Amino acid sequence: MEQKTKHYEKLFLVLVFLFFYLPIIYVVFFSFNSSKSLSTFTGFSLQWYEKMFKNRTIMESIWYTVSCAVIATVVSTVVGTITAIGLSKSKKALREAINQVNNLPMLNPDIVTAIGFMLLFTSLRIKTGFTTMVLAHIAFCIPYVVLSIMPKLRTLDPNLAEAALDLGCTPLQALWKVIIPQIRPGIVSGALIAFSMSFDDFVISLFTTGPGINNISIYVYANVKRVNPTINALSAIIVYVITIVLVLVNVVPMIRERKSKKNEQLIR
Amino acid sequence: MKSFSKMVYPYVIWAAAMIVMPMLMIVLYAFTVKGNSVLTFQFTFDNFIRFFSDPVFPGVLWRSLKLAVITTVICIAIGYPSAYIIAKLKPNSQAMMILLITLPTWINMLVRTYAWRGILSNFPISGEIKVYIGMLYNFLPFMILQIYTSLSKIDPNLIVAAHDLGANNRETFRRVILPLSLPGVVSGITLVFLPAVSSFFIPKLLGGGQYVLIGNLIEDYFISTGDWNFGSAISLIMAIIILISMYITRKLDRKSAEAEAD
Repeated sequence: MEQKTKHYEKLFLVLVFLFFYLPIIYVVFFSFNSSKSLSTFTGFSLQWYEKMFKNRTIMESIWYTVSCAVIATVVSTVVGTITAIGLSKSKKALREAINQVNNLPMLNPDIVTAIGFMLLFTSLRIKTGFTTMVLAHIAFCIPYVVLSIMPKLRTLDPNLAEAALDLGCTPLQALWKVIIPQIRPGIVSGALIAFSMSFDDFVISLFTTGPGINNISIYVYANVKRVNPTINALSAIIVYVITIVLVLVNVVPMIRERKSKKNEQLIR
Repeated sequence: MKSFSKMVYPYVIWAAAMIVMPMLMIVLYAFTVKGNSVLTFQFTFDNFIRFFSDPVFPGVLWRSLKLAVITTVICIAIGYPSAYIIAKLKPNSQAMMILLITLPTWINMLVRTYAWRGILSNFPISGEIKVYIGMLYNFLPFMILQIYTSLSKIDPNLIVAAHDLGANNRETFRRVILPLSLPGVVSGITLVFLPAVSSFFIPKLLGGGQYVLIGNLIEDYFISTGDWNFGSAISLIMAIIILISMYITRKLDRKSAEAEAD
């Protein structure tokens, strides 16, 4: 595909990127504003960051978001991996049925999945709160984990596990030492998807949480009606964290690769 | 080896309880009315009759579909050229561009929409246009990424071959690149249209409260009004419309692929 790009094409891309980054720059910029205004910059100040760290509701919402995402990621990755391995060895009919069922939360709009959980919890008389929110997150994350592991299992040589068993491994050892290491990339990407889905979720959390338990999204949604620059500071911090993480994830392997190439040349 | 297949059983129970049951609950609620008819299973079409006999509700449904279709079309109109230009860059710059497009999508949707609220409050434009901007902002990256993925999978030799066989750039695009990139467009449509129809916080944060979509109706009937039966019926109607439109999209994709093969 590689071709020369024309000037107007470059301009087009620049405009698209401007559109993507305008609100991010805007939020970061006004998070340092000394006044409440969202249109005029009156001077530099860190007061909104200070207010944010002193705000108990915001700090709690960050805690709930992170702990919910961690629990949901760990549980859905473990259950999803076990299920995917089981599915790869089970009958075709069962596999098809489970895939169809897993498609439901992935294809349904979030709000439909969300009210389904809400109706389920309330009709079972389960009090909604942190636990119900985590349960719902686990439920909508597992299908994504299964989906990202299944292709790896399909390319796996079935004889390897058999060989391990013949050579005296217990089934558990065969699982742990032979199968899991080979599908690790799928497990890792499944876990990453689960974490980001849970961390970013708003709709399902809104319908499954109880009074007083807010994640970041719900906090923003509930407090957006008034002008509230502490949300700018909160948003800016999210931007910093994600930028640092993504840069580390993408740039560090690049540097490492370059270094190892250099070393190779030195050895030669 | 066969013993591994037993590992599915816990999930079968879990999926029945946490995925199938909730969906059945929605259907059950949609076909009953408030009171204890849920327990006595007295089915009725009252909720659906109520939805279609009041002109307000079909109007909201129509507005949501219109918004979702227009958003999807604009996303293709801007997303296709963007993906195409990116796919023409050098491999290193391609990776950089894709990272730059992915980065904003990692930031919470609510936070991004909130940011637009601040910017747009400085301009005297209608709530509807603000909602469109918010929709485009949230969904355009998905479209670009999907189309880019299918464009980058195209074997460059095919393009060279088309040129060797006498096709000019325009013909090569129309007869080789475009058909091969259609699967990306279709999955992009799925990723944009689906959440756009049901979105409710973008209109709520940017539309200034007067701009009601089907998602807002569902939220209101569940959270403010507490009429879960009617809310379930609305969600069921929405889910069915989405299923039908997805079916049509996939059919069209298959047809275009077949037409190309002939």
